[in-house]
Amino acid sequence: MGLTGIQIFKLLPKTNCGECGVPTCLAFAMNLAAGKAELDKCPYVSAEAKDKLASESAPPIRPLIIGTGDYAVKVGGETVLFRHEKTFVNPPGLAVMVSTNEDAASVDGKIDRFKKAQYDRVGLNLRAEMFAIKDVGGKADAFCALAQKVSDATGAALIFISDSAEVLSAAADKFKDKKPLLCAASAANVEAVGAAAKAAGCPVVAKGDGSLESTIALSEKLVAMEIKDIVLDTGTRGLKEAFAEQTMIRRAALKDRFRPLGFPTLIMANEMADGLMEEALVAATFIAKYGAIIVMSDLQPHVLFPLLLERLNIYTDPQRPMTAEQGIYPINNPDENSPVLVTCNFSLTYFIVSGEVEGSRVPSWLLVQDTEGLSVMTAWAAGKFSGESVGTFINKSGIKDKIKHKTIIIPGYAAGISGELEEELGAGWTVSVGPREASQIPKFLKNFKA
Amino acid sequence: MTFQPSKQMYSGKIREVTLGSGDKKVTIGGRGVFAFHSFEGAVPNAPRIAMEVWDKDPSAEWAEAAKAPFSDVLSDSAAWAKKCVSTYGAEIIVVQTKSADPNGDNRAASEVAATVKKVVDAVDVPVIVWGVANHEKDTEVMKLVAESCTGKNVCLSPVEEGDYKQIGAASLGYKQLVVASSPIDVNLAKQLNILLGNLGVNPDNLIIDPTTGGLGYGLEYTYSVMERIGQAALTQEDDKLQQPIIANVANETWKCKESNLSNEDAPELGDAAQRGILMEAVTAVDLLIAGADVVVMRHPEAVKLVKNYIAKMM
Repeated sequence: MGLTGIQIFKLLPKTNCGECGVPTCLAFAMNLAAGKAELDKCPYVSAEAKDKLASESAPPIRPLIIGTGDYAVKVGGETVLFRHEKTFVNPPGLAVMVSTNEDAASVDGKIDRFKKAQYDRVGLNLRAEMFAIKDVGGKADAFCALAQKVSDATGAALIFISDSAEVLSAAADKFKDKKPLLCAASAANVEAVGAAAKAAGCPVVAKGDGSLESTIALSEKLVAMEIKDIVLDTGTRGLKEAFAEQTMIRRAALKDRFRPLGFPTLIMANEMADGLMEEALVAATFIAKYGAIIVMSDLQPHVLFPLLLERLNIYTDPQRPMTAEQGIYPINNPDENSPVLVTCNFSLTYFIVSGEVEGSRVPSWLLVQDTEGLSVMTAWAAGKFSGESVGTFINKSGIKDKIKHKTIIIPGYAAGISGELEEELGAGWTVSVGPREASQIPKFLKNFKA
Repeated sequence: MTFQPSKQMYSGKIREVTLGSGDKKVTIGGRGVFAFHSFEGAVPNAPRIAMEVWDKDPSAEWAEAAKAPFSDVLSDSAAWAKKCVSTYGAEIIVVQTKSADPNGDNRAASEVAATVKKVVDAVDVPVIVWGVANHEKDTEVMKLVAESCTGKNVCLSPVEEGDYKQIGAASLGYKQLVVASSPIDVNLAKQLNILLGNLGVNPDNLIIDPTTGGLGYGLEYTYSVMERIGQAALTQEDDKLQQPIIANVANETWKCKESNLSNEDAPELGDAAQRGILMEAVTAVDLLIAGADVVVMRHPEAVKLVKNYIAKMM
């Protein structure tokens, strides 16, 4: 993927003038290949070389941003087919649809749910980001009024859906500062919708008629109009067929650098299922496999929450474990007599241990030590969960001011550190060895006396 | 520009494994392409859903939503299994031998095995017996189950590095299948398959359990390890990994906090029943996409959703 340093070097002037900031053209080429330098730094590079380098070094899937401010959604920019090959980078935007013929109460309900459904997890705020506004009847005024209402109430990134180039054009002009996604340029109106997108500087959907070929033809037309920010909707609404297409699009973009398919994709889950529960499984499929924007008919919290978790899981960087913040976590309203447990900050460990403690209904203090995201056994083996490090952490954590007793519960797998830890904690302190498996924590806590 | 879809080259195939006996036996595996990639090659056997029953009344541990459909049978494992088959169309039954857990009820192995036998006799579909991952206890139980269920082609699970010799031998002695279980690691999965092979276990009787993490609780690890096993098996000719995969989904998704919070405790998370069902169904869908050939599920609504999903994807 991309050109190697040597391939880039062949396109450079080879004068070693040094004006780019590094002494030789070869060194500059290496920096370019590594993404550490910009081609503009070379004053002498030929126009031909520039074109070639620009097209070769452009990301295989165009990254682009929809919306502005807090709710702006960055999509595209992916570089792998399987998350374990490196990582997926830009999580798909989740959108809820409202249409101009929908009654106000229904729209208000969706707005209200959109605003409320936000969840904190590992220091992240999980939520949906987008609203899709759908035109029914081709009236630009009604369309703009609905868009205004949604935008004012939520600040969400917007998708404008209409068959009418006039409606899209009017709305794009009015809301261009919000960078909405125009949906869609189809075979029937690609010139007019493309022109509107270009004039407003908004990203635009190339919507095929249910085939990759028709989608490619449209994306090529939009590119020829010098539009860069394109999103693909093949028009296919069968689950199986869409799954095959999404796979082929991602492969064509990455493996073959096939430019007309090198764009993020739109999935209309609301048009692919019978009922919200089924829609959720359609959305789940394309969160895992290559959707960049997913539109749903509604975002009830019991549907949205599992999808947000899935998106978090799939888009977690496999090269970097997720971590919980070091500190004291009070669970079930503990007081000065409540037991104190200590564990590591690998996010899974934290979730499971805190979940079990919570489930036990025993008021407790959970201390989470920074082990750089390692689990208890790994951290212990690597010396990052030793009597000394755990002791130092506990002593500085401030927990000693919150409790009257002098007992600390450690994970069963770290039983070996108890002696050293008792020494670190000082006179009178006792270390109690807890269970090895988190599932045994409730039973342990119920029988525990500090 | 004319478009030629880029081809994925495949060089291997997942082995077919047949569970159970008689008219209702089930064959899994057999595909030579990634999961649901029927646009690239034959997928002879659709992935299957196994429904779980416990060998004890789970009322104290289960969310209301999960109990409701089974309220009349929760205290009778055999009746429960029958209901799964006749009312909810289960094609495979998993008996979770929860009562055997030495850290819990610690029921005698003979009693546990007797309950399993009742379930096996009550249904005509294949049965998988899922232990508690305690080597000594599972060995005791599985030996008895293997013997008492001779001829039923039941599946003994989980077989881990610490008990593969004992449970593997029981499977050989009484001609049963095994689920080789390893902790979320391609190499450990492969190693255990090799060990079982050396013991004499025929690969036609072997299913992989790479350990399941539920949605929000490590799903991504299981997802990626399944994709890696699939790639090794199908594109890198790794003969030792060309086995079907099973994921014990419900057991993980229903024990997490978010599947158990009631409407009153967590109004911000929406309807408790629907939430629990989707936590289960979304996990199942992800793992099916990643390459699971069998997903073990609990709630009939989640089962129905995923069954319908599989039908659409095939």
